[in-house]
Amino acid sequence: MGLNIKSASVVFPAAEGRPPVEALRGIDLAIAEGDFVVALGASGCGKSTLLNLIAGFLAPSSGEILLDGRPVTGPGADRSVVFQKHALLPWLNVIENVAFGLKMQGVAEAKRLAIAEDFVKLLGLDGFQKSPVYRLSGGMQQRVGIARALTCDPKVLLMDEPLGALDALTREKAQELILRIWNDTGKSVFFITHSVEEALFMGTKLIVMSPRPGRISHRFDLPFSRRVLAGEPARQIKASPEFIRLREEVLGIIFADEEEAA
Amino acid sequence: MIETVKHSTSVAEKARINPRSGVFAWFARGRPTKPGETYGVPGQGDTMWLSVVSILFLLFVWWAITALGLVKPLFVPSPQAIVAKFVDVWQNGFTNTSFLEHVAVSTARVFGAFLLACAVGIPLGLAMGMSPVMRGLFDPPIEFYRPIPPLAYLPLMIIWFGIGETSKVLLIFLSVFAPVALGARAGVRSAAIEQIHAAYSFGASRWQVMRHVILPSALPEILTAMRVGVGFGWTTLVAAEMVAATKGLGYMVLSASQFLQTPTVIMGIIVIAAIAYAFDLLMRWIERKVIPWKGKM
Repeated sequence: MGLNIKSASVVFPAAEGRPPVEALRGIDLAIAEGDFVVALGASGCGKSTLLNLIAGFLAPSSGEILLDGRPVTGPGADRSVVFQKHALLPWLNVIENVAFGLKMQGVAEAKRLAIAEDFVKLLGLDGFQKSPVYRLSGGMQQRVGIARALTCDPKVLLMDEPLGALDALTREKAQELILRIWNDTGKSVFFITHSVEEALFMGTKLIVMSPRPGRISHRFDLPFSRRVLAGEPARQIKASPEFIRLREEVLGIIFADEEEAA
Repeated sequence: MIETVKHSTSVAEKARINPRSGVFAWFARGRPTKPGETYGVPGQGDTMWLSVVSILFLLFVWWAITALGLVKPLFVPSPQAIVAKFVDVWQNGFTNTSFLEHVAVSTARVFGAFLLACAVGIPLGLAMGMSPVMRGLFDPPIEFYRPIPPLAYLPLMIIWFGIGETSKVLLIFLSVFAPVALGARAGVRSAAIEQIHAAYSFGASRWQVMRHVILPSALPEILTAMRVGVGFGWTTLVAAEMVAATKGLGYMVLSASQFLQTPTVIMGIIVIAAIAYAFDLLMRWIERKVIPWKGKM
């Protein structure tokens, strides 16, 4: 069960004098229930293409994507997405934004507002229910985006660099918040990031991707997020020798890819 | 010692010759902003008082020219004459029709055509933005007729639809329709792709994305297009009332001009401008109420 990607490839056809681009080749990936899978890699390695594939925005050129054994044929609420930015609806206030997904699914107003209220509180946005989203800070906007995706009760939560636009301090706090919510809700998460530290800190599984063609070059199982949830301070984990050793190893892989490209 | 003095003189001379100093440089260089402004944002600052000064200056020049008798009143009547004419028409009407009826008739024509153009143009524009089929079908005719001056096809309107209200309203309708439809069509592009993708990933249907994401995002562009469109409507009013009209502000201006009643012509022009400006202020107020989020995300 869970999400299964079986030898999926994506080839963008040739256009305007450019040769066809092999964005993804032979991707095999299983996201089991409760997994926190982080995708990391140099730009152009196909991380976002992979997310689009899982979300159903893009059909694979070959291979298949199965969710609980059924093929993914298009976007749906069982795979809701959190974007880096620009995804909130400024004409709706906080609670209406959070309830938006349920509205799309035809949930009655009273019920969807009640559910949204729970997630607003879970994300620490209590007191801001009626605020216009464009008045919120970047960190709070991102929490609205996460709450909104969670109300859909997805089987897999897809996060496309959700913390990429935040300042360093807000980002570290948001990382722990997301981990706690992941732990409380038991959701599977597919998480894209550019930050090696963030990837190691958050994931239970890490896939490192390489470009031309986009593929999974390395896989790691990670222990760190479990340690945070067990109560170990975040900075202590990030400063520990085993964390730093792994960080340098992964950085080495990515830099090698970048140099090859240059 | 002498060397030093010589040196400093030559620097001063260079500075005088250099076009980057003096008044020109004062205008050309970037200056630090006041608190509350952002450095480098073009055209920021309050314009209210300059606008008042500009209007008062123009009025003064107008008054001075007429008071000094530089131009005959037939060509440029004095501001007082315009006010007097306004009071006269307000009290006694113009060609046996009261002033307010002229205003009402013209306003009804312009706004009737405007509402009709919005009712047809906005849905059609949205459909053109959403569907390549609709865009393919309707883009050529709209783009083809759009730059033609209404006066050029006025005779056709009259031949086809007679000299009654239909041809008048239709002429104004056509002038409003193109900008409104094209604005709505452009507005479809306003929604960020992340907003659209997020909605789909929450299980929204194509129709729901259209209704709940694309349409609200397009509102700022649609409202701007409506403001532009109604402006075109007023521009076309006089042309629409050229043939077989017995009432209306455009008719008033045209028939007054035939009898060389210059004060009435100018008064009519000012009344048209004032109504159009008042409506634009109303639209801006509506914009602030309906889309307070415009440009904020």
